[in-house]
Amino acid sequence: MVLASLRLNLFFLMLAGLLAAAPLYAQPYYLELASTALVAAMFALSLQLLVGGAGLVSLAHAAFFGLGAYAVPLMTRFLGAPPSILVTLTAAGMLAGGAALGVGALALRTRGFFFLMSTLAFGQLFYFVFHDSPLGGGSDGLFIQRPVFGVGSLVFQVSRADRPAVLLALNLGLLALMYAGLHALMRTLFGRALLGIKANEHRMAATGHDVRALKLAAFALAGLLAGVAGHMAAVTDAFVNPDLLGWHRSASALLMVLLGGIGTLYGPILGAFAFTALAEASQSITERQGLVEGVVVLAVVLALPRGLAGLGRR
Amino acid sequence: MALSGLLVQVLNGLQYGLLLFLISSGLTLVFGVMGIINLAHGSLFMLGAYLCFAVVRAGASLWVALAVAVLGGAAFGVVLERLLFRRFRTREHLDQVLLTFALILLFEEARAALIDNQFHSVAVPELLDFPVPVMGGFAYSAYRLAVLVICLLVALAMFVVLERTRIGAAVRAAAENAEMVDLLGIDARRVYAFVFAAGTALAMLAGALAAPIQSVYPGMGQGFLIVSFVVVVIGGLGSMAGAFWGALLVGLIDTLCTAYVPQLAGASVYVLMVAVLLWRPAGLFARG
Repeated sequence: MVLASLRLNLFFLMLAGLLAAAPLYAQPYYLELASTALVAAMFALSLQLLVGGAGLVSLAHAAFFGLGAYAVPLMTRFLGAPPSILVTLTAAGMLAGGAALGVGALALRTRGFFFLMSTLAFGQLFYFVFHDSPLGGGSDGLFIQRPVFGVGSLVFQVSRADRPAVLLALNLGLLALMYAGLHALMRTLFGRALLGIKANEHRMAATGHDVRALKLAAFALAGLLAGVAGHMAAVTDAFVNPDLLGWHRSASALLMVLLGGIGTLYGPILGAFAFTALAEASQSITERQGLVEGVVVLAVVLALPRGLAGLGRR
Repeated sequence: MALSGLLVQVLNGLQYGLLLFLISSGLTLVFGVMGIINLAHGSLFMLGAYLCFAVVRAGASLWVALAVAVLGGAAFGVVLERLLFRRFRTREHLDQVLLTFALILLFEEARAALIDNQFHSVAVPELLDFPVPVMGGFAYSAYRLAVLVICLLVALAMFVVLERTRIGAAVRAAAENAEMVDLLGIDARRVYAFVFAAGTALAMLAGALAAPIQSVYPGMGQGFLIVSFVVVVIGGLGSMAGAFWGALLVGLIDTLCTAYVPQLAGASVYVLMVAVLLWRPAGLFARG
């Protein structure tokens, strides 16, 4: 995976600054839209660890995203009152990461298309758990109470007017943290070994690497990060429904990754913003959003095999 | 009393399993020969059901609708293969996933534009609209029995074509080694077109056959797609016999669980898949 140069990272830092200052110049509606894009970016970035890192295409990824989202109402119900956001965030990461560890342990026994199919089936299993049981409001979903912004006696009361700006800052900070963390991770021996598996799994095994353990670690970590993204989706929208776990969302995230470009860590972020902008634009033009999305996916997959990031390097 | 109830459920399970076989056989055939995973396969099933509804609404009989689904499906499959799938044979999994995801969205839009987004039911043809007594006062729908028989005949025809004809031999050879088929002077592209057309026709036939049994609705293909994946995982990718026995197993277990242990109904099939993955990760009928 090509990591961004110092100059490119400075450029991203500038963009992030522009986004962070958005409350000064943008309407609340656009702040919320930016939060949606940032959450999508976190989700796509977590998937890139699998797709661009280890070369694993998973359709179960949205299940971990959705588990992270459902962790918010589940923890609130479990504790009786909205807990600190640190509590829900930790619970979301642990729930999603734990589930990913379990699914990965089984699904990684298979490879290639088998892996794809089993992740699809596992993902839908989680979808049906929330769709068919009263655990999280069933198929209609659930309006939820947001967690408390703060910890212990240090609590920030966020007014309704300030909320979009606070959520934007929070999502931006988490995305930056995730990006920096993965950037550092891909430079470690672990990150290099993942890239080695993507390039040639047999060679990595032959040189003494425990390929399955490495892939499982990547799968669990990616699931944990997807849970963090899902948690932020629930906190941002104050609403959860089973569609958060469905495989269509996994496919959308794969599209964001492909749209941005598979070979870079910043590609998925670009892809997520492009995808969110596209969805927003198509919504204002036509009621047939599926048509727009379908045509765009088809065009990307036919004409841009290296994504937006590949455009500049041609 | 309990025994005859069980018999009815077993018949339901077999009939559901055989419909699943029509869908998953196409999935596994297209993968085995072309190396393509088609996530839009469930949407073809849905299109078959809506096509059946539209033809019957236009005044034709169900038998005409079945024929339209098969012939239309084969023609549609040839077009899809020529325009899109042929180019994606050697592309990465991710590209195939996204191509077929796009097709799902476009098929949904096409259905919305050409027919509608509503729930529908299709009447059982009068010829078969009567109960067949089984035992102990229980009766079974003649149409469901007919579906069972039709599916069995189709399965038999598939085995005969694959095992006893030239094109079947070419299909089996292409599944082993496509370049070798080209070297032998058989046009591998014709084999691909044949396989894809057959897979599409089977999925649309399954949809048309299912239309009078269940309601016809936009998301009906998704559930069948996922369960077909489970069938293929259980049976072993690329194996026809695996698809057949896997489909029957899944159909029976799902139906019996729904009838007798409804709490487990949604999860039973997946538990079965997990067990198979743990025990034999390549599927029960994997080659080699």
